[in-house]
Amino acid sequence: MNSIRSSHLVLIILTFIVIEIALYLSFLYAPTESTMGDVQRIFYFHVPSAWASFLAFFIVCAASIAFLRTGKAHWDRLAASSAEIGVLFITIVLLTGPLWAKPVWNVYWTWDARLTTSLVLWLIYIAYLMVRNYTTDPERGARFAAVFGIIGFIDVPIVYMSIRWWRTLHPAPVIAGGEGSGLAPEMFRTLMFNLFAFSILFITLLVLSYRISTLEKQLQALKHQS
Amino acid sequence: MIRAQKIGKSFGPLRALSDVNFEISQGELIALLGANGAGKTTLIRILAALTRPSTGTAEVAGYELNREQQQVRKRIGVVSHQTLLYGEMSAQENLYFYGRMFRVPDLQSRIDELLGLMELKKRRHDLVRTFSRGMQQRLSLARAVLHQPNVLLLDEPFTGLDIHAEELLTRFIEKAVADQVTVLMTVHDLDYARDHAQRLLVLHKGRLAIDAAAAQTTRAQIVELIRE
Amino acid sequence: MNSLQQIYTILHKDILLELRSKDIITTMLIFSLTVVVIFNFVFEPGSEEMATSAPGILWVAFAFASNLGLSRSFAREQENSNMQGLLLCPVDRSAVFTAKVAGNVLFIFLVELITLPVMVLFFDLHIGPVWLPLLGTLILGTLGFATVGTVFSAISANTRSREVMLPIMLFPVTVPIILAAIKSTSYLLAGRDMSQVWSWLRLLIAFDVIYFVVCFLLYEYVVEE
Repeated sequence: MNSIRSSHLVLIILTFIVIEIALYLSFLYAPTESTMGDVQRIFYFHVPSAWASFLAFFIVCAASIAFLRTGKAHWDRLAASSAEIGVLFITIVLLTGPLWAKPVWNVYWTWDARLTTSLVLWLIYIAYLMVRNYTTDPERGARFAAVFGIIGFIDVPIVYMSIRWWRTLHPAPVIAGGEGSGLAPEMFRTLMFNLFAFSILFITLLVLSYRISTLEKQLQALKHQS
Repeated sequence: MIRAQKIGKSFGPLRALSDVNFEISQGELIALLGANGAGKTTLIRILAALTRPSTGTAEVAGYELNREQQQVRKRIGVVSHQTLLYGEMSAQENLYFYGRMFRVPDLQSRIDELLGLMELKKRRHDLVRTFSRGMQQRLSLARAVLHQPNVLLLDEPFTGLDIHAEELLTRFIEKAVADQVTVLMTVHDLDYARDHAQRLLVLHKGRLAIDAAAAQTTRAQIVELIRE
Repeated sequence: MNSLQQIYTILHKDILLELRSKDIITTMLIFSLTVVVIFNFVFEPGSEEMATSAPGILWVAFAFASNLGLSRSFAREQENSNMQGLLLCPVDRSAVFTAKVAGNVLFIFLVELITLPVMVLFFDLHIGPVWLPLLGTLILGTLGFATVGTVFSAISANTRSREVMLPIMLFPVTVPIILAAIKSTSYLLAGRDMSQVWSWLRLLIAFDVIYFVVCFLLYEYVVEE
């Protein structure tokens, strides 16, 4: 039990509890949507995953700025950990999106603004992870990643806006309606709780991943000394 | 002219330099020695304001390295194993370019003077990529001193030189020292360092192990540190 | 204006080098023409789709060609560690950045100027009345692309996979620029109302400004060792 601190244990238990509640809310508490049916429940995971990825990329950007200003390696490790988890969540978004879309709109993929933005984000942050791993000098790699992480995050709203404009100014296939409009109060509550639950899940993953990278660093330092 | 205070460079677990302190006064010629990976090039890069130190600072040519980088850059000349020259431009064009960047006054006559000194006058209009390694290194030396720096930082300047170029460089360094220019150079040749340098700095695993006049150290002492 | 003179000196040097070797412009040009020719096989000759897809093809050609030119342009500063030589000069890193962007925009724009008439010929486009705003669109789109590309090419040149990294970084990030440029171009070619074109051009200008400011501030962290 040496490698897991008690504070981590508390976080893990808390995460377990809130995720259990989230599952209960999503599958039992929230009513079945009248037109889409049970498949709509994927929405309670799809949207919070998107939120968690956004949170993750925000932390990448903030930690990157802190790293460039201070040059302290721990900011870089925080950014790296957060990016990996962000990619995980955005991948979930991209997988759950089509699962939801197929029965409802009869297509797996629609080039709507949100889904397309998610795809572009996925590409950007895969590139982020590659930049980091493909640079031989670790310090330069960290700086490159930081620069890319900042530009990438500033790009998020710009990408979304441009794609949205692109679609709305063009007679796009009409798929509006979907999310957000006329949610039943139970649905709304479930969504809100799941957003909270996924935030907790994200924080726990981030803390653990950061902890792992700290241990890796210490291991490297020990190897270096010997 | 150069005062290094507690210079350290590290990233995560990797420590390139730690707690390096030394002082070099005007007109001194100092040799920087050490095994590969001991941190010589890193130290030169830090003093040349190419890399920021993680800790500590240095005063170079009267200016604080971390805060007054542009002032430092104006007063130092750097030669490394790379020539920093553009192969597709002539000798003259290369010097013109760097001269303009440094805002050298009366540039044309300064270029003439240096090309004469480096015995490159005849080839001034030829593309640098047609030059031999020795000639390129001579031109690189001219590039480094265009703006009449007070401090010269030379990183392995003798690498790949022919005998003629080596002689020119030796004479050039002597003249610079006579003109009260401060010279810090890394060399592989221990004998050259012991014969010419007033003091030897030896880096060992990122730490300054020796800072003494050549006469005060034995050859064996240094070899021991460099060999690893 | 000291750095203005230094920016000019660097730009002048880059133009001189390109005049000597011509390799950046030649490779970009051949490449963009190749893309145009290849895309021609997608359509039935003389079909309606050809004209409506032309703006997209044009910008795909430019984007891919720029990608080549940008990595070549940075590689030139690496042959004898020339970037280090530039950094040893008493010059602001942001001035180096500005000069590099200017050079890249110039080279890419020249390629576009040659590709465009070819495209007009091949795809039977009518640019007569809109040639001036069209050139403006080309410059604005190129500026955004070159701005981000100048930073990313410095990154990719220092990674193990070199040329491969640049498009992987560049294309997703510049999606907004490509979108806005394609939209403006297609509205212009379709003879739409100038106010509609202008709404996209405004967006393009806004993107250019945002990217330029951010990259201007971040460039030093990329080139310093």
